[in-house]
Amino acid sequence: MKSKYSIFSLARNAKNYHKDWEKAWRSPAPKAEYDAVIVGGGGHGLATAYYLAKNHGLTNIAVVEKGWIGGGNTGRNTTIIRSNYLQDSSIAIYELARSLYEGLSQDLNYNMMFSPRGVLMLCQTEHEFRAFKRTAHANRLAGLDCRMVTPAEVKEIVPIINTDPNCRYPILGAYYQPRGGTGRHDAVAWGYARAADALGVDIIQNCEVTGITREGGRVTGLSTTRGEIKSKKIGVVTAGNVSTIMDMAGVRMPIESLCLQALVSEPIKPVIDCVVMANTVHGYMSQSDKGELVIGGGTDPYNNYSQRGSFTALEHTVTALVETFPIISRLRMLRQWGGIVDMTGDRSPILSKTEIEGLYVNCGWGTGGFKAIPGSGFVFADTMANDRPHKIAEPFGLNRFAEGRLIDESVAAAVAH
Amino acid sequence: MLVVTCPICNASGDETDFHYGGQAHVRRPATADPLNITDEEQRDYLFIRHNPKGLHFERWRCDRGCGKWFHAARDTVTMEFKATYGITELPPVELMKEAKGPWADYFKMRMKEKA
Amino acid sequence: MSTKPYRLAEGGSRIDRSRKVTFSFDGKDISGFAGDTLASAVLASGQKLFGRSFKYHRPRGLVGLGSEEMNALIGVGVGSRHEPNLRATQIEIFDGLAAESQNRWPSLKYDIGAINSKFSRFLPAGFYYKTFMWPKSFWKHVYEPFIRKAAGLGKAPEGRDPDMYEHMHVHADVIIIGGGLAGLTAAEAAASTGVKVLLCDENPVLGGIADLTAGMIDGECVEAYTTAAAARLAAKSNVHILTRTTVVGHFHHNYLMAFERVGDHDPAILASGAPKHRLWKIRADKVVVATGALERPIAFANNDRPNIMLASAVRGLLDRYGVTPGSNGVVFTNNDDAYLTAFALKKAGVNVRIVDSRSRSDGTLVKRAIAAGIDVQLSSVISAVEGTVGVTAVKIAAYRKGQGRVITEKRVDCDFIAMSGGWNPALHIWCHNGGKIQFDDRLQSFRPKSHTDNIVAIGAANGTMSVEATLAEAQTLAKKTKTFKVEEPSRGALESLWFAPATGKYNEGNKHFIDFQNDVTAADLELAQREGYESVEHTKRYTTFGMATDQGKTSNLNGLGVISEATGKTIPEIGVTTFRPPYTPYSFGSIAGSLTNDLFLPIRRTPIFEWHMEHGAVFEPVGQWRRSYTYPQASEDKHQAINREILCVRNKVGLLDASTLGKIEIKGPDAAEFLDRIYTNTFSTLKVGKCRYGLMMNELGFLTDDGVTVRLAEDHFIMHTTSGGADRIGAWLEEWLQTEWTQYKVFVTPVTEQWAQFAVAGPRARDVLSKLSPDFDISNEAFPHMSFRQGLIGGYPVRVYRISFSGELSYEVATPANFGQGLWNAIMEAGDEFGLSAYGTEALHVLRAEKGYIVVGDESDGTVTPIDVGLEGMVSKKKPDFIGKRSLEQSFLKGPNRKQLVGLFTADPTEVLPDGAYAVAQAKDKPPMEMIGQVTSTYMSPTLGRSIAMALIENGRARMGEVISFPLEGGKVMKATITDTVFYDKEGGRIHG
Repeated sequence: MKSKYSIFSLARNAKNYHKDWEKAWRSPAPKAEYDAVIVGGGGHGLATAYYLAKNHGLTNIAVVEKGWIGGGNTGRNTTIIRSNYLQDSSIAIYELARSLYEGLSQDLNYNMMFSPRGVLMLCQTEHEFRAFKRTAHANRLAGLDCRMVTPAEVKEIVPIINTDPNCRYPILGAYYQPRGGTGRHDAVAWGYARAADALGVDIIQNCEVTGITREGGRVTGLSTTRGEIKSKKIGVVTAGNVSTIMDMAGVRMPIESLCLQALVSEPIKPVIDCVVMANTVHGYMSQSDKGELVIGGGTDPYNNYSQRGSFTALEHTVTALVETFPIISRLRMLRQWGGIVDMTGDRSPILSKTEIEGLYVNCGWGTGGFKAIPGSGFVFADTMANDRPHKIAEPFGLNRFAEGRLIDESVAAAVAH
Repeated sequence: MLVVTCPICNASGDETDFHYGGQAHVRRPATADPLNITDEEQRDYLFIRHNPKGLHFERWRCDRGCGKWFHAARDTVTMEFKATYGITELPPVELMKEAKGPWADYFKMRMKEKA
Repeated sequence: MSTKPYRLAEGGSRIDRSRKVTFSFDGKDISGFAGDTLASAVLASGQKLFGRSFKYHRPRGLVGLGSEEMNALIGVGVGSRHEPNLRATQIEIFDGLAAESQNRWPSLKYDIGAINSKFSRFLPAGFYYKTFMWPKSFWKHVYEPFIRKAAGLGKAPEGRDPDMYEHMHVHADVIIIGGGLAGLTAAEAAASTGVKVLLCDENPVLGGIADLTAGMIDGECVEAYTTAAAARLAAKSNVHILTRTTVVGHFHHNYLMAFERVGDHDPAILASGAPKHRLWKIRADKVVVATGALERPIAFANNDRPNIMLASAVRGLLDRYGVTPGSNGVVFTNNDDAYLTAFALKKAGVNVRIVDSRSRSDGTLVKRAIAAGIDVQLSSVISAVEGTVGVTAVKIAAYRKGQGRVITEKRVDCDFIAMSGGWNPALHIWCHNGGKIQFDDRLQSFRPKSHTDNIVAIGAANGTMSVEATLAEAQTLAKKTKTFKVEEPSRGALESLWFAPATGKYNEGNKHFIDFQNDVTAADLELAQREGYESVEHTKRYTTFGMATDQGKTSNLNGLGVISEATGKTIPEIGVTTFRPPYTPYSFGSIAGSLTNDLFLPIRRTPIFEWHMEHGAVFEPVGQWRRSYTYPQASEDKHQAINREILCVRNKVGLLDASTLGKIEIKGPDAAEFLDRIYTNTFSTLKVGKCRYGLMMNELGFLTDDGVTVRLAEDHFIMHTTSGGADRIGAWLEEWLQTEWTQYKVFVTPVTEQWAQFAVAGPRARDVLSKLSPDFDISNEAFPHMSFRQGLIGGYPVRVYRISFSGELSYEVATPANFGQGLWNAIMEAGDEFGLSAYGTEALHVLRAEKGYIVVGDESDGTVTPIDVGLEGMVSKKKPDFIGKRSLEQSFLKGPNRKQLVGLFTADPTEVLPDGAYAVAQAKDKPPMEMIGQVTSTYMSPTLGRSIAMALIENGRARMGEVISFPLEGGKVMKATITDTVFYDKEGGRIHG
């Protein structure tokens, strides 16, 4: 049992100059065989392992990660958490995730700083205004706490926003989810890792999968850079690299890997206390607890595994936000980066069994996976443990692409997030 | 921002002067035989995509130049354009040989068809 | 305090002592000289304190000389011209400059936040992950607001930025990044071959640190060589030199961004109308990285006190500005280079001693120092520093490499420290686009290894630290290499010193700062290892080391050194964190350039735009277009205006500017067959002179556009698309032609802007046109509904389509765009006696809704098939293949319970259903409720005198007459009866009137 994190343990450890803290997670060598292996040590993979252990009692399990945990999109996103999607199936999973986030720091005993500071989605054309009104009705009837707000309320919530009625895209109103917000992305990965490790899960970093072994129609294990690992249940949770991994099992995916960029400004004293998304002009912004403005926009159009995007995309985003928040003009960009996002044909995720027995896949979160991590892990663990889709995961099966049963959210938000 | 060169009009320009058109050589089953298409064939056509880390084959349009669509072979890690070729053509033989994974299977099939 | 001791009586190559400059710092007036930086001038005034650190609010002074500065961050300017977080070392002073320190309250000297420092023992790296969790609601409401207020550095400006920014686009054969010894030499070499050279340097003066470099080139000092080289380059026509210009990023395909501070140093430049900043977008064939090297601090106890600086910074202050940090200094080093600083101090009359951690060095400089009588203590380190807002003394202790703590130490008075832990090649640009690096034992640092782009690194950026080798390396671009006679001191080897021990263990309370701005200490890095955050990326993120505004320029390698000693791994095994753009932060204003306000995005205007403006139109953005939403007259509100416009069309006649409607000419022998592939319905059977409404699906089987297409001739059609779809559909048609049906002989030509097009709609429409004496028969018999005529109306050449989106007798009249306003005026005038008035898009939408006509994008949302909206009859059963046909066969698209388009009458005819309201299977007291569909269009119909709506409802067509419930916000439930979608003139007689 790990020692609990609290103000008291912090004070106790201060006495000894913090020399007695134990490792947040072990670094075990891989065992020869596990009951289940998760490929990919990002938020979704670690959450899956945690819930497999916690909810389903599977503790002889491992997470294999080719680099360092949380090093993919989990540690690269703009940390927005919201659930105000349009389609029922999307609402179900994102709201499960959001509600789990509310208690996650306590559940994991790791402060991931869920900050329900509110998410404002601006309406800047009549069409967008109507689309968000529709979403608002759908969300309210699904039980979400969301509402439309007027331009005056927008100004009150975000005083630095440009509400000039004569600007290029005047703000007609906004769709507001007060209980959406942000979290500390790295802490989500670390918190799940520490809690999963405490339940006996082996987290194996610097372990790259080089092959998926099969016998007949079912998986038998993995070849990795740290040796062969046997397992009859394998969950692939590798975001932008999912096609590469699934190719190893001969499963072709409806995925393209694109680059999504984000950037931060230099830290400044607080100027904005919510997340603002401006879909018409393609940009969104919030402010981190450190004081950096955290900014994101759209993807580059072409396949890209370099984790470096085109300056053009970034320029469009910044230009849109200078127009939306004129005071940022004199602030400075501190850092920009890119991540490889896995985009499906309908831009909704995949949580699915595959044609190969014992092989499961959780991917396709595209530009918006961070907000889904707890929900995704929760239902994917259930799916893997019981070898049938969890009710919330069911609509996100791979079979939807052959049935035409697409889950299209572009109606509500045409921008990356 | 990438520099793209159109093989039709030879204009070079920034990627914003071009339009990216996704994976190359996707076959539309209905054009060949509209009446006998399985749901899986339609799915493959609409959604399943080669997504290699490395050499990829894709479509671009010379948007602000001659307006023509063309094919390109590009490395998705280094961003290097290895070749461009006509929209009805196959890539240079050496690149078909260099291709890996599902692309290698595809080109083998096409070469066989040709032969 | 007297300014005398800090500003030396003479010296200062950058300042002009004859020109006094006065500025304010924290409200206090300070004088310096022209050429001073804020850093040199403030220091010269006797003030050492420049700022407070991020976490502990510790007092901080200057450390560096240029853009690597991490402590002295200053806010400059007031109100909307305020800029936070600028480096004092880069701010060039001018009269009236207003500067202020940051991150302190109430003042720099007395800062409440400094209490954090007292509790630092309770605030180790990552402490916030371990606490602030109870009670749950406190994070958002108590802890976080407190942390947020304490965090952040400077303040944001107020209001809209009054200054301008611009972009420049440039191609260069060679770009040389950095105008020091290496860059200038390389520029001359490249320029001699005749190629176009762009040379960028972030400083106001070229030369890099040539002035601080020892050695002679052809009998002259290094600075004399660089000054002459800069002058020669300035005279060359194929060389473009940009100073105060930082190359901030290197991107794919040798694309680079350079940030030029045009007007920051002189308000007169801004006043003359110049931009504040300029962003250069550069495409280069070859990139030469000559970015030099950055000096490393040394980690010793309390090494963050004000007046502890890099040795090169002290040398620079003396040499460039005639400023000394104090009168009694200690140089602390592990290499020979810092000895130059000792010589400079001695020359300036400043008392100096040297503490060198190495046991020996056989370099010329060391020998010279000993010979000159400077107190050189080898095998020694500084083990402690006394003083809080400055340095009063140090303790010096004997040291042997690898020693963990010191036993005896000797106290020595001093008032400043110049430190040097060696030099790191500035690898940032090299690494931005994936350049590989390697560890160099000689430098104890990384240097470039390989790159897939056409890029080279030279000089110190390449780890080449000698003058002679740099000159040789910089000539790789020349056809013919020059040889120089170089004299420079021989150097003894550097010996890494990642941590200078103190008497206590370093993880027991000492403050050995690694990342100064973010207050990350050696103990924090060690703690991260112990807790398992072993990947260097984990260490970085857990401790925030390297994440400050200097992005680890001075701290990165020292941190790796500490991790290496803590874990036993070598530095290359640990690896580095990713170098990301920008090299130094640059303004969002410069990224947006001139694309703000009116230039943010282009606005497309129809030929009638001015008329709309003059007639009080309320506009709405539709794609890039601005369309007239309605035309309120005096005393009317928008709602009243819309109703008037609707009734005018129903009862008299209205005029709509429909010019934004997409228009695409489709011509060629295979045009009809091509259209059969595109539309769900058939166009090959359309007769010449006739119009047909068509539906388009995408390949997924969903509605994507609609409109009327007209057969002008056997091989010639004009297609109308939605306003928003025009560009998309045009490109889409071209794509199909070029990539799928390449055998078709068809040209597709988008002509939207070529035509002004107006709908003349209403029972008196024919009367209006008749009055304009058309040169063709417009009688109902000769020109029936869904047909086309071409000719003259009011003398204007026109194409007239008798088509209707209002259900009234209607003509769409198109004329070449330049005639648009004339024809519009003529129609207005002709219509006057019939009560004609202009109507906008909202009236248009109500009119079409009264008739049950769909709008793609309202009744459909990308998930709706033609069958769903009740247009099954328009989906051909005969044609074997058209776009989207096969997808309609997929199980979900033909499955049960699909939402179908229906009309709705609310129970109370005066109530209008809200936009997008959802119907439920059964209304309950509270959610969740099962939703069965949503309102797609909803209006108060002035024609019917009641509200109407359309909705997509599960199995709607089988539920005619059923009453369904719409639970609204606040608990109210609206009821509505499902009806047919055609609310007005169900027989459709009026259209043929």
